[in-house]
Amino acid sequence: MEIAVCIKRVPLLGSAIVLTPDGMAIDTSKLGFGLSPHEECAVEAAVQLVEANGGSVTLFSMGHVDGEEQIRDQLAIGADRAVLIDTNGVEPDPQAAASALAEAISTEDTTFDLVIMGSESADYGGSQTGIRVAHKLGLPVVTSVKGLKIEGGVATCERAVGSIREVYTVTLPAVITVRDGLNIPRYASVPGRMKARKKSVDIKQVTFDEPRITTKKFTIPDREAKGATSLGSGDEAAAALVDVLKQIGVLT
Amino acid sequence: MILVYVDHDRGEIDPISLQAISAATALDPDVQAVIVGHGGKELAGEIAAYGATAIHAGHHVDLFDFTPRAHARAVHSLIEKNSPRAVLAGGTPRGNEVLSHVAALMDAPFASECVSIVLTGADRADIVRARWAGNMLEEAVVVAPVLIASVQAHSFTAVAAAAPLSLTEFEVPLSEGDVLVRVQDRVGSSAGGVGLAEAKVVVSGGRGMDGPDAFSMLEDIAGVLGGAVGCSRVVTSAGWRPHAEQVGQTGTKVAPDLYIACGISGATQHIAGCKSSKTLIAINTDAQAPIMGFADYVVVDNVHTFLPLLIEKLKAANQK
Repeated sequence: MEIAVCIKRVPLLGSAIVLTPDGMAIDTSKLGFGLSPHEECAVEAAVQLVEANGGSVTLFSMGHVDGEEQIRDQLAIGADRAVLIDTNGVEPDPQAAASALAEAISTEDTTFDLVIMGSESADYGGSQTGIRVAHKLGLPVVTSVKGLKIEGGVATCERAVGSIREVYTVTLPAVITVRDGLNIPRYASVPGRMKARKKSVDIKQVTFDEPRITTKKFTIPDREAKGATSLGSGDEAAAALVDVLKQIGVLT
Repeated sequence: MILVYVDHDRGEIDPISLQAISAATALDPDVQAVIVGHGGKELAGEIAAYGATAIHAGHHVDLFDFTPRAHARAVHSLIEKNSPRAVLAGGTPRGNEVLSHVAALMDAPFASECVSIVLTGADRADIVRARWAGNMLEEAVVVAPVLIASVQAHSFTAVAAAAPLSLTEFEVPLSEGDVLVRVQDRVGSSAGGVGLAEAKVVVSGGRGMDGPDAFSMLEDIAGVLGGAVGCSRVVTSAGWRPHAEQVGQTGTKVAPDLYIACGISGATQHIAGCKSSKTLIAINTDAQAPIMGFADYVVVDNVHTFLPLLIEKLKAANQK
């Protein structure tokens, strides 16, 4: 089974986001980088499928060339090779991003049975790139998957809707977008890290189409100074809290 | 005219879709709604009560439960027929999915998770959309003759504005590829507990719970208040609680009447999942923890000593 997985390097945020003075980017000078949890699960799912069925996992990542570090981390858990699409600091809109990813996937020598992506990126959160890639590749797509089994070329996918789970089936080849909770991603082993150093990461250049959604600036939403009421501590706070529950009507 | 895709689950309307109708009404009083699948047309009265001047109910012999690309085909056919200036939907997994298909079919931009939309010209709109699940906002210009956008859940208030009922049924023009991916089965139910996403009260625990055992206290509190238990990502990563209970950017986003955060520091990814709660109470040993800045009421205490006192008082109050 030949699997393509799309991953994106994003800053690892702490408890607050700090913007650059011009408001055009997050100040990442004090931040580390990683992947969205959705995408860590995507890579883990692909590696498990190849362990069970044979084949190989190819990673596709678009962004800054420094993202090679995050790509090597995923090669260390078992992906076989990677294609890094260097954006030269330009952030494409979702249409341009999907076009570039679909182009990269379809021009590989390998024909992929499955393309796995996260349901949405941690930073942009457009919820559309997987669907657009599927349309470009002429493949069916199942999104927001939290349970995945593949048997006889058919993928059975589960996704949560409220308190129930919907079950979808799709015949491969297909695009599947997944969510955190699909599996528990493994940690890289030391031999895995050694092997990852020798795996191939092809760097490609890309020119994007004119964006249709143009960012003017970023802002951090006002955190209403709620001026939290302190209820104190201990027995006195417990009594005060019960009064609050009565006041807002959750306790009668 | 603004067209709004209204999502429903077997005849139960998605409340975020109603928020999208109100967001559309602010742009243009001529708002039409499209609803697809089994149980949809029965909701026309409910949709008209929020101000939709015309309701288009799409059906097809192959459509019963949710079928994303077929729903997109229904929306797309109405765009071609009625030329709306904008198409909106609720920023839910399904709303975003259907509009992504519509945008892909039209090779048009799709601005998801908007908190503000202003139409500034025949093919331009100024939007503000949520990034990082709402922890950061993006001000952007979208160039498109038909703006396709979803509204972030709870960013707009659904306002009743009764319009006369005008219902048209139409057969969705489907091709084989439109029904390849559809719901084949539904499993599980909310029996045995209140669903996290719908719960009016969520009692959530974080790293400060120090292990799975202390969560029994949260179950007790949720039991008394008729709520659900939630947790932060640290807790599911450690295997203390199932992933289905995770509140946050990559878990479930909740908007209950009351959210009680026990031993949760308040990383941005967690706040993204609970900031729409009406009342937030935080219990934490650290008065400076980020969660305290989002809370309406704070208790500075250790959950292991404080929660037993609270449970005792709650049970006493409940027996009266």
